[in-house]
Amino acid sequence: MRRLWALIRKESLQIVRDPSAILIAFILPIILLFIFGYGVNLDTNRVRVGLVLEEYTAQTNALAATLRGSKFLAVTQGHDRREMQAALTSGALRGFLVVPKGFTAQTAAGGSAAIQVIADGSEPNIASFVQNYAKAVTALWLAQQTMGGNDATPQTGAGNLHQLLAQPPNSTATIQAKSRFWYNPELKSRNFLLPGSIAIVMTLIGTLLTALVVAREWERGTMEALMATPVTITQLLLGKLIPYFFLALSSMAVCFLAAVFWYDVPFRGSFLALLAVTSVFLLAALGQGLLISSLAKDQFLAAQVALISAFLPAFMLSGFIFEISAMPTPIRTLTFAFAARYFVSALQTLFLVGNVWPLLLSCMGAMGGIALVFFLITARKSVKRLDA
Amino acid sequence: MPFAPESFPQDTAQGLVTAAGPAPLVVVQGLCKQFPGGAAPALQGIDATVFAGRMTGLVGPDGAGKTTLLRLMVGLMHGNAGSVTVAGHNAATQAEAIHEVTGYMPQKFGLYEDLTVLENLTLYADLRHVVGKARQERFQQLLHFTDLERFQKRLAGKLSGGMKQKLGLACALLGNPRLLLLDEPSVGVDPISRRELWGMVRELLDGGMGVVWSTAYLDEAEKCDTVILLNQGVKLYDGPPKSLLQSVAGRVFQARGVQEHDRRRVLTHLLQQESVMDGVIQGRYVRVTLREGATTPPLEHGEWVAAAPCFEDAFINALGGGPGGRSRLAESMEVKPVTDQAVIKAQDLTKCFGNFVAVKDNTFRIARGEIFGLLGPNGAGKSTTFKMMCGLLQPTHGKAFVMGLDLKTATSAARSRIGYMAQKFSLYGQLNVLQNLKFFSGLYGLGGRLQKERIDLMVSIFDLHAYLGMNAGVLPLGFKQRLALACSVMHHPDVLFLDEPTSGVDPITRREFWTHINGMVEKGVTVMVTTHFMDEAEYCDRIGFIYRGENIATGSPDDLKAMARTAAMPEPTLEDAFITLVERSDAAREGAA
Repeated sequence: MRRLWALIRKESLQIVRDPSAILIAFILPIILLFIFGYGVNLDTNRVRVGLVLEEYTAQTNALAATLRGSKFLAVTQGHDRREMQAALTSGALRGFLVVPKGFTAQTAAGGSAAIQVIADGSEPNIASFVQNYAKAVTALWLAQQTMGGNDATPQTGAGNLHQLLAQPPNSTATIQAKSRFWYNPELKSRNFLLPGSIAIVMTLIGTLLTALVVAREWERGTMEALMATPVTITQLLLGKLIPYFFLALSSMAVCFLAAVFWYDVPFRGSFLALLAVTSVFLLAALGQGLLISSLAKDQFLAAQVALISAFLPAFMLSGFIFEISAMPTPIRTLTFAFAARYFVSALQTLFLVGNVWPLLLSCMGAMGGIALVFFLITARKSVKRLDA
Repeated sequence: MPFAPESFPQDTAQGLVTAAGPAPLVVVQGLCKQFPGGAAPALQGIDATVFAGRMTGLVGPDGAGKTTLLRLMVGLMHGNAGSVTVAGHNAATQAEAIHEVTGYMPQKFGLYEDLTVLENLTLYADLRHVVGKARQERFQQLLHFTDLERFQKRLAGKLSGGMKQKLGLACALLGNPRLLLLDEPSVGVDPISRRELWGMVRELLDGGMGVVWSTAYLDEAEKCDTVILLNQGVKLYDGPPKSLLQSVAGRVFQARGVQEHDRRRVLTHLLQQESVMDGVIQGRYVRVTLREGATTPPLEHGEWVAAAPCFEDAFINALGGGPGGRSRLAESMEVKPVTDQAVIKAQDLTKCFGNFVAVKDNTFRIARGEIFGLLGPNGAGKSTTFKMMCGLLQPTHGKAFVMGLDLKTATSAARSRIGYMAQKFSLYGQLNVLQNLKFFSGLYGLGGRLQKERIDLMVSIFDLHAYLGMNAGVLPLGFKQRLALACSVMHHPDVLFLDEPTSGVDPITRREFWTHINGMVEKGVTVMVTTHFMDEAEYCDRIGFIYRGENIATGSPDDLKAMARTAAMPEPTLEDAFITLVERSDAAREGAA
């Protein structure tokens, strides 16, 4: 017990005096939260589009006004589609709409009236936004026209445009979808990015930092000196595990406070559940870190292995940014092997939904299993020998 | 104060002395160790015994197997065959019991640099269950013994090399071990600290402790009670150093009265004689070891005087003799133009890193065809001076000239006249031997037929045929050193900078190396070298003693020895001279403060 305590005290003193540990545990989380809190935003608002009116009538002006009124679009109006083309090519616009000459006449005559939507397909995501917003706004305009009962706009004309948009006539009048978003009513991406980024921070401390500090002991020859004393291998491992466990928890506290009080992310779960979930995840992360350090005995290699086997998966395969259900099956299957996947989902649940115990327990079970595997291998691999 | 022997528990002394002599503490039998992927076995059939109360020297160049043997003794590695027994415990199966009775100081001392002296001690005391009142007493004793009382609160990383070494020793001594294993405790530490540590460890022997001191310094080996001499995993000798010296007794002579400028030519000539097995330059003398039964060859000038054999003579004898005196490398070079100008000139060279003054007002001149040595402990400022002279570091103030070119303004012009061999032979480990040769010759502007000729010549001179396709990183140390030398001289430089060029290599390779250097110097090449091998410094025409960033004395080896000559010390060695001059410098500093 005295030996373990001595090792823990030594490690704590080193953490306190080593600027890089403080950097990874406290400064880096702040930076990450800052980036994910302000820099990364998956919501698309105010797509820049152009609008070319080739004729000016009451109707086309009304359509333009509706477009400009949309809070999703930033409209630049012009007279010539060629200047819009140039703007699209240079990236100033994401797409543009053309209301052709004769539009009013055609709608009035009851013939087929068409508007042209051109979108920048090099960014398919944005392009489909442009297309859908354009559709939605035109539909809105149609509805306004219909309800206004404008004589100049006979129903038939509107109907033609409806057909163009592949919607049955009068649908706006009969069916109305009223959507409500649960748990994150404002659809702020920050609200699910921040809990996810906490998982990244915990992976960094648990796996990367732990692997690095053990590798450092190998490099500086202190591990060899420790091994030649009567200390046992279990004491050596616990002496690493315990201080970094608590370091990670305090880093968690920093992240939590920043997320809730600075970024106004809601927290609907309980602290106890958060502590339980974090602890189980840390066991898995620390277990992985110790395993890496028993295989990679210099800091460079340890950092490489930790980045590739823990940090990158936590970033890309955890569902933190990239949706797991959208991944191809083999990769989706792979995500089950990473503790970060369960941690991200548990954290997002705790922050946005609350204590959903069935989900939390199954996540904790999976993370506990992964932790167990790491510890079993580490225990087998670690002996007080230099040539094993 | 002598280290109190009564602090050792009674039982450590039990059965120490029997009618048959001291009891063996460590018994090594038929020990073999082969690392997976290693070409040659690290240890081959080693038998050895370590006795309590004796200093056992584990001696050999890098790669001899010293560290491996120590690790096997302390149970941190297991052999492939044979056995190790420490205090009756099998090292492979009862390592725990061995850890209870053994103090082990690995290379780099095993200290936590961001913990203070006291925190390091406390950690190891806790790990070894030294607690309560016993701990307080033990700390007092050890801090006093190591003279670290004043530095208890200082971070270990901020200690000097010598103090780290003492703290490492203190940590290894915490559990009152019966066996103390020290892995190269004196590497990179200044000669004064080396002597102090040696004295301390000797005191421990009186308490009945058995000590194994591993070292690559052959002069340390001579002072051990018994030595185990290893080379490439094979034991060459085991027994008291005196008996090994017997093997060359009566065969070592000094040629005195050789003209100063003629020493190198005389040595080269002598080494080519059938009767001469080995030879070195020793200040103004030339020292040779004769083959068995041979008589001294005739001398043009001067006379032969019998000299006391040293461990290195005996080591070379055990390895079958030195490499001879011809340098085909030097023979392939043309004579450098004679000039009265200084080839290398340093003026008030100063380098500061922040507040720290690494080199202070260093001034010296080196003439054509001269070997100038910088001698001093690690961290004294040798390498910093060196890097400023080759244009790798900009001096804070002062000037450096090579062949009259200012290194501040004409770096690339100056560099093409320079050959540089960096510490640890900085080769590209992932490139093979041929690729390294091509790369470095290309770097120095060689191309086409000339490049091919020179590379072929290097391969033939340095025997690199068998290794051409091998990556430089996995070459045996001796061949790394040869390759590094080849890479730095292919463009026939006027000036050669050698930074710790023979660190860790075996004495035969060192001899060969100096044969080439001597040959090139005869052709007019100017050499600047840093070293911490005192005997190597004897090859230099002039030496600058570097201590705490300052050049405390400059002169020929004999001048420097003369400065330290006193009635009590009529024949000081270069190491004695260094220590005396450092002490004088310290006294002057304290007097000024």
